Amino acid sequence: MSEGKTDYIPGQYPDLPPPITEVGVVGWLRQNLFSNWWNTGLTFLGLYLVYLIFVPLIQWAIIDADWVGDSREACTSGGACWVFIRVRLDQFLYGFYPVGEQWRVNMTGLLLAATIAWLTVPKIPGKRYAGLFALVIFPVIAYLLLSGGSFGLEPVETTLWGGLMLTLILALVGIVAAFPLGILLALGRRSKMPIVRALSVAFIELWRGVPLITVLFMSSVMLPLFLPEGVNFDKLLRALIGIVLFQSAYIAEVVRSGLQAIPKGQYEAADALGLSYWKKMGLIILPQALKLVIPGIVNTFNELFKDTTLVMIIGLLDLLAIIKAALEDPNWLGYSIEGYTFAGLVFWLFCFGMSRYSMAIERKLHTGHKR
Amino acid sequence: MSENKIHHAPEGLPAVQMQGVHKWYGEFHVLKNINLDVARGERIVICGPSGSGKSTMIRCINRLEEHQKGHIVVDGTELTNDVKNIEIIRREVGMVFQHFNLFPHLTVLENCTLAPIWVRKMPRAEAEEIAMHYLEKVRIPDQANKYPGQLSGGQQQRVAIARSLCMSPRIMLFDEPTSALDPEMIKEVLDTMIELAETGMTMLVVTHEMGFAKTVADRVVFMDGGEIIEVNEPHEFFNNPQHERSQLFLSQILQH
Repeated sequence: MSEGKTDYIPGQYPDLPPPITEVGVVGWLRQNLFSNWWNTGLTFLGLYLVYLIFVPLIQWAIIDADWVGDSREACTSGGACWVFIRVRLDQFLYGFYPVGEQWRVNMTGLLLAATIAWLTVPKIPGKRYAGLFALVIFPVIAYLLLSGGSFGLEPVETTLWGGLMLTLILALVGIVAAFPLGILLALGRRSKMPIVRALSVAFIELWRGVPLITVLFMSSVMLPLFLPEGVNFDKLLRALIGIVLFQSAYIAEVVRSGLQAIPKGQYEAADALGLSYWKKMGLIILPQALKLVIPGIVNTFNELFKDTTLVMIIGLLDLLAIIKAALEDPNWLGYSIEGYTFAGLVFWLFCFGMSRYSMAIERKLHTGHKR
Repeated sequence: MSENKIHHAPEGLPAVQMQGVHKWYGEFHVLKNINLDVARGERIVICGPSGSGKSTMIRCINRLEEHQKGHIVVDGTELTNDVKNIEIIRREVGMVFQHFNLFPHLTVLENCTLAPIWVRKMPRAEAEEIAMHYLEKVRIPDQANKYPGQLSGGQQQRVAIARSLCMSPRIMLFDEPTSALDPEMIKEVLDTMIELAETGMTMLVVTHEMGFAKTVADRVVFMDGGEIIEVNEPHEFFNNPQHERSQLFLSQILQH
C-alpha cells in the first residue's frame, strides 16, 4: 500500500467472531462481576453477605427443621417447626368449610387449574370457548359447588369460608370484575360526551381518594345501617363489591395511561376506514394500549391480591387471618415465624407466577422494532 | 345487506362538492370560503406553503376535521353531524396519511382485511383474496404475513394504499404521502399512485412532488393562508401562474 492512497477493496474484511474473553460465561463474568477492582471487591462482599444470610436460613428452614409429628412435642431440634403448618394445613386451605364437604373446594380448585391451563397454555386449542367458559360457565359452577343448596349439595354459609380458598376467591373475582369495569371507566374518562366523562372522573377520583380499609369498613359496618329492615346481604359479597369498585378505579387510570400513549394517527386511520367507535376501540386502540400497560395492570393485580388480606378487619378469615388465629392457639404459642413465613411464601408464589406469566405475554405480543 | 343500499350520486354530479366552507381552530380561521367541485375520475393535486390549510381541507372531506360553515357533499351525501352520513362517506372515501398509520399489532394482511371484514361484513376468505390482489398491485404480496414494524417506509406506505383500496373506495385522499419517506423510496410510492390514477380513481392529493402534479393531475389547486388562490391546468399553472402568490411559491420551490 503506497502512502496517501487507500486502495480499499470492498469485502476484504470477513465477519470474525468476537474475542473469547468477551462472550460466554467468561465474558459475562468479566464484564459484570470483575470488570475492575471496585467491582471485584463488591462481588466478594456480596458473596459474603449471601453466605451470612443463607447458610443459617437453610440450616433453620430445612436441615434442622422438624417435619413429622402431630403436636409441639415433635419439635425438639431447634429449627423450624413445620409440624405446626402440617397439622393446621386443612384450616389454612379451607377455613371452617365442613371437612366432609371439602371435596367440593378441591373440585372447584381442579376445575380452576384446568381452566387457567386452557386459557394460558398455547398448545391447547379452542381459546375462544375457553374465554367464554372461564367468564360465564366456570363462575356459575364454582358458585353452585361452593355454596351448595342445589343438586343435593348441602348449603355451606360464606361465614365458614376461609383460608387460601377465600383469598383466591377475593382475588380472582376482584381481578375478573375490576378489569372490564376499569376499561369502561378509562374509555368514559376520555369520552367526548360530557356527562359520561364527568361521571367517570367523579367515580375514579372518589374511589382513589379513599383507603381500601375504609371501603371495607363502610361495606360491613355502615352499609347495613342504610339498608331497609330485613334486607341483609352477605358480608363476603359486600366486601367483594367494595374491592371491585376500588380496584376498578386504579385499573382505569392504568388503562388510560395506555390510551394516551397511542398516537392520534391510529385513531384517524381507524376513523378513515369507517370503523365505529366500539370497533375502533376494540380492534385497534385497546389491543395496543393494553399491551403497553401490561406491567401496570399486573402491578395492580398483584397489589389487589395482597390487599385481600385487609378483609381481616371486617372479620373474614382469609389465609393470613386464619394463620394469625392459629397462632393464638395455646397449644402452638411461639411459632409465629413459621406461620408468617408460610403465609409470605404462598403469597409470593402466586404473585411471582403472575409476573412471570405477564412477561411471557409481553414477549409473545412483541411485533416489531418500532411502532 | 344494508351496506349495499348506498345510493350513489348520478354520474353527472361531482364526486366532491365544497361550497363556502369555513373552518376555525378556536380563534384561528384555517379555511376561508373554500369552493371546489371535483368531478368523477378527476385527479386533483393540492399544493401550497405549509400551514396553508391543504391537509385540513382534504381532512374535512372524510370528517377527520369538522367544518363550521358551508356545505360539503361527498358522492351525493352531505356531511352533517349525522353519524350515519359520516359512516357512509367514510366507507366510500379512502385515505393515505403522511405517517402511514398502519396498525402495528396486526400483520400486513390483517391490516388490509380488517375494515372489509368488520365494516363491509365480508367473509374472511373473500377479504383475504381481495387483500392479496391489492398487495400484488402494490408489489408486496410476499410481505403479507409480516408486521408493519418489519417493513421499510416505502413498503409501509404501499401497504397503506392497498389497505385503503381493499374497501373499494370511490374517492382517494392522499395527505402528503411521500413527505415522511427517504428520497430513494419516494419513487416506488409515486409509481403506485400513478398506476392507481390510470385506473380512473378520483384522487385528491396534497403533495410537494411537482413532478407528480405535472404528469398526473387534471387540475392543480394552490392554497395559501386558508384560501384557494388558484385552480388551473398543470401546464398553465407551472408555466403561466395567474396569481402573484402562486408565482412566488413556484419560484421558491423550483429554484433548486
